[in-house]
Amino acid sequence: MNHSVPARKVRVATCSLAGCFGCHMSFLDMDEAIVPLIETIEFDRSPLTDIKTVSQCDIGLVEGGLCNEENREVLHQFRQHCTYLVAVGACAINGGVPAMRNHFSLQECLEESYLNGIGVVDAQIPSDPELPALLPKVTPLQTEVKIDFFLPGCPPPAAAFLELIQAVLENREPQLNYTIRRFD
Amino acid sequence: MFQLDGNPIAFSKGDSILQAAHKAGYYIPHLCFHPDFKAHGSCRLCVVDVKGKTVSACTQPAEDKLEVYSDTAELRQSRLRLIQLLFAEGNHYCPSCEVSGNCQLQALAYDLGMTHYHYDPFSPLRQQDGSHSQLFIDQDRCIQCDLCGRASQEQDLKSVYLLAGRGQDTHLAFRSHNGQLGSTNASMDDRAAHICPVGCILPKAGNYPDIAGERLYDKIPIHTQGNHRRDEGGQDEP
Ligand code: SF4
Ligand code: SF4
Ligand code: SF4
Repeated sequence: MNHSVPARKVRVATCSLAGCFGCHMSFLDMDEAIVPLIETIEFDRSPLTDIKTVSQCDIGLVEGGLCNEENREVLHQFRQHCTYLVAVGACAINGGVPAMRNHFSLQECLEESYLNGIGVVDAQIPSDPELPALLPKVTPLQTEVKIDFFLPGCPPPAAAFLELIQAVLENREPQLNYTIRRFD
Repeated sequence: MFQLDGNPIAFSKGDSILQAAHKAGYYIPHLCFHPDFKAHGSCRLCVVDVKGKTVSACTQPAEDKLEVYSDTAELRQSRLRLIQLLFAEGNHYCPSCEVSGNCQLQALAYDLGMTHYHYDPFSPLRQQDGSHSQLFIDQDRCIQCDLCGRASQEQDLKSVYLLAGRGQDTHLAFRSHNGQLGSTNASMDDRAAHICPVGCILPKAGNYPDIAGERLYDKIPIHTQGNHRRDEGGQDEP
C-alpha cells in the first residue's frame, strides 16, 4: 500500500443539520486509523474545529436532513464551497428519525412539544425572531442540492468514512462493501 | 431444460422461470413471489431477458431451450431503480424499524448496492392500525406485494388482508365492518401474520430480539441465502 503523503492535504468541512451528532461521533470512532488520516486531511468549518464559516473544500460531510431555514442556508454554503458534497447518514439521505414528524402538521408538532406535552410548564410556543423558522416538512438533502456521494447508516460505520476519504485521495468513486453498507 | 445465465435448469410442466430457477437453487431477486403461493407479478424485481424481451420470471412459463438472462448490468440497474422507488413510495425509517436486518426489501437494497433513494420521497400519509390485540400494522412500510392477501385467502381461507384502491392510492385493507384489523378474525397463528417480507404486519410483543450484527442479512447477502423471515427458521429457499 502506498503511504506517500499527498502534495496537498484534503480539506474537509463537516456540519450537523437536523441530525443528532451521532454521525460525527462515528467519524471519530476510527481508533488508531485517525493517526495516518491526520497526515492526509485537514478540517475547515466543523464542530471539531469551531470554525464558523466554510471556505473552499474538497469534501463537505453533511449530517442530518433539513428541518429549518438555517439548515437550508448552511447546505447551500456547503454546496458552493465543496467539490464533493456527501450526505452522511440516514437523516441526510431520507430525513431519518426527524422526518417521522412529517406524519403531522408543523402546528401539531409545536403544540405537542410546547403546549400539551407531558410535563410542560409555562406553556408557550417559542417565537424569538433569532430562532430559525421551521420548515413544514423534514426533507433529505438531495431535494435541495446535488449530492455527490452518500454514506448510508445510522450512523455510517467509521470504515465507511475512511473509504470515502481514501476514494477522494485516489480520485475514484467510494466503494462501500456489503458489511459497511447499512441503513441502521 | 432452459438456460439461466448459461446454467442449465430443469423444469416441470407448468413451472414459471422463477419457480424452476428456485427449485434448482438459483436466485433471481424477488419480493412478491413466494413458492407456497400463486404468483402476483407486481414487484417486477424478478425481471429477466428472454428472446430480447424483458419479462417477469415469476409469471413467464419455463420453456425448453429458452435462453434466459438475469444477472446483467442493465437488469441489475433496473432492479436497483425499482427498489429505490419502493423506498421512496413508502416511509422507511430503518434505524427504528422492528425488522431492520431481517427485512427482504432492505436486504435486496444492500445486495444491489443502494446507498440512497434516487427519487425524492413521496412521504405518503398512511393509516396505522393497532386495533388487534396481538398484531400491529405499520402501513408506512407496506410494499403492496399482496403476500398477506394470498396467504390469508389460499392457506388461512379467511381473506382478512387485501389491497384496496388504485395506483398511488393502493393500500392494505382489512375485511371487516369498520375496516380495522381488530374487527376481523385475524389471528397470530395465521400464515398471513407470518409472511410479510417487510415490517408492516408485526407482532405487538417480542420485537427487536437480535442484536445488530447477528440478524439474518447482516453478514450473508440475500442472493446467497434467499428470501427469509426470521420466524421461518430458515426454509429451503435459495
Ligand atoms: S443518521 Fe443516525 S446517527 Fe446520524 S444524525 Fe441521523 S440519527 Fe444521528
Ligand atoms: S420495512 Fe425494511 S426497508 Fe422498511 S423501514 Fe423496515 S427495515 Fe427498513
Ligand atoms: S402487509 Fe406486507 S405482505 Fe401484506 S401487502 Fe404489505 S408488504 Fe406485502
